[in-house]
Formats: sequence, structure tokens, C-alpha cells
Amino acid sequence: MLLTLGVPLGFAASSEYLAWRDPIYISAGFAGVIALCLLLVQPLLAAGWLPGLHVLRSRRAHRVVGTALVVSVIVHVTGLWITSPPDIEDALLLLSPTPFSVWGVAAMWALFAAALLAAVRRRLSPRTWRLAHTSLASVVVFGGAVHAMLIEGTMEPISKAVLCALAAIATAVAAVVPWLRARRRAPGRR
Amino acid sequence: MSEIGFERRALLLGGGALATAGVAGLDLPARASGLAATPTMRGGANNYIPGAQIVERIGGGGFVISGTVRRAGDGAPLAGQRIQMWAHTKEGSESDPRSHGATLTDANGVFRLEMPQIIPALGQAHAHLAYDSMEFETVFLRPLLSSARDTSLEAHFVLQRA
Repeated sequence: MLLTLGVPLGFAASSEYLAWRDPIYISAGFAGVIALCLLLVQPLLAAGWLPGLHVLRSRRAHRVVGTALVVSVIVHVTGLWITSPPDIEDALLLLSPTPFSVWGVAAMWALFAAALLAAVRRRLSPRTWRLAHTSLASVVVFGGAVHAMLIEGTMEPISKAVLCALAAIATAVAAVVPWLRARRRAPGRR
Repeated sequence: MSEIGFERRALLLGGGALATAGVAGLDLPARASGLAATPTMRGGANNYIPGAQIVERIGGGGFVISGTVRRAGDGAPLAGQRIQMWAHTKEGSESDPRSHGATLTDANGVFRLEMPQIIPALGQAHAHLAYDSMEFETVFLRPLLSSARDTSLEAHFVLQRA
């Protein structure tokens, strides 16, 4: 775990491109890298699969990390907007020439929706909540991973690909396992 | 019955007229232009600063941007046309005025200007070029480097009269 997050972070922190960027651009880029790292942590916390964490503490950590994820994405977009306002305006209006923008924007809105849903979760039935939150989270992880893969930036390509793949796998497994368990528990139900 | 027949005839006539107009319409630009004008690219005008100075090179140079400027239709080379360019380089970001410069095309419509090495910015290694001298329609280009290690880039303009 430390390795899968530490290696891409380490490569990004030692990228030669940093020498030619100002501090705001560097912070914005890093906020994006950190957000990508958190995408791997989130499904593991939600499912309670991180060793040494009790389910309840794991869920509480999932909420804290979720908040951190929202903050990271806001810092990422705001920092890039300060760096180059027209490029970010194009991206948000879906007019950007860069193929990765639309994936990032989709992931951002899905993230905000997933977080908003978590805030009103008590008003939803457990079934609706789980289905909606899991679907939105899948869009966040898939969209975020494609966004990151298409970008030529400070991240080293192989460690980035490994991180994205693990985040996608963890999300898919964490989404499917409870559903499979529920089916096994109620075999006759269709 | 006769009414329906009339409508059908009107429709046929209308359709025929439209087809004739369509063919004539297609014929006209085909005669006028062998070479179509270059369209402005999405995001091409981002971080544009009007009126960049004509310079020997931008900053310390090292990265070559070259290309041609031709007239739409007959493709004749256009001499003395001012092309502006800017990018995120080793010496500054796109919005820095010192990252901007302009040059003129020679008698063969060819331009060439050096700028510092381009660095990927906002996710892609790219440059911006502009023709904005009013005589022809304004065009903004945003070509990509095929690799961030590239040390040159070509971009070509085909301009139509404003």
C-alpha cells in the first residue's frame, strides 16, 4: 500500500517539469496526484479491507478521506484555473481540445454528487444509498483514472498506470462483493 | 385529389429547384478554391496577448517553430505576413509576455522562429500560433508536439481574405 502510493508520489515530486512551473501550478498538479492516490484508499476503507482498522473506524476514515478528496479536487481545479484561466474555462464548458478534460470534469461532478449524497444519506433507503453512491463513486474512479492516464504531466507513466489500475480494481471489487454476499444470503430471491 | 396532386407537383418543383441550387452552390466554391482556409483550432487563442513584438528569437531559443502561410484558393505563398507564437517553455509560462513573440514570412511564405524548449503544460506539450493582421481572417492554431522531447514543430496557415 505504502509502495503503490509512495512510488507515484515520489516520481511526481522529482519530475523535471517542476523546475519550470510556479508554486500555484505545482500545488494544483500535486492536488490532482493526491486525489488519484485517495481513489485507491477510498474503496478499501469503504469495504473495511485495510488491515488494523475496525469497520466503524474504517467507515469514519472513509468520510474523512472523502472530504479530503473533495478538497483536493477543488484545489486542483482552482490552482489550474489561476495558472491558465482560459484552459480551465474551456474544460468546464466541455470545449477543451484536450481529450482528458471531459473525463476529469465528469469525475469531478460525480465526486461532488457522491459527497452530497453522503450528506443526505439518512433520508435515503440503504438500498438506494448504496446503489447511488457506488455508481457515482465508480464514475469518479473510472473517469479520474482515464483523465490521469491521458495527461502528460509530472507523474511517471508506469507507476501512474499501476495506481489507476489498482484503484479501478479495488472499486469494482468493493462494489460487487457486498452484492454477491447479499445474493448468497438470499438464494431464492430474484 | 387534385389538391394533393398540386402539392406533390409543388414539392417536386421545390425539390428540383433546391437540387439545382445545391449543385450550383457546390460548384461555386469549388471553382473559387482548390485550397481550403485553415480553421481556428479549439483553445488556440488561450493566453493570447495581442501585438507581440517581432523578435530575432523568443528568450534563449533552441526550439524551432516553422511553417508556411498561403492564400486560400490558389495556394499562393504570402510574403511579409506576421505570425505570432507563444508556449509554456523552460523560460516562462504561456501567460508571461516574454513567452510571446512574432516573426514575418519570407518571399516564399515561410516563417521560422526559435523559442526556449517547450514543456508540457496543462497536460499536453503544445504551442500556440496566431495570424491576426486583419488583411486576412484571423486564425489561431494549437499544434501538439508528437513527443515532449521534440525540439521543433511545424504549423501551416492557409488564409482567406477578411
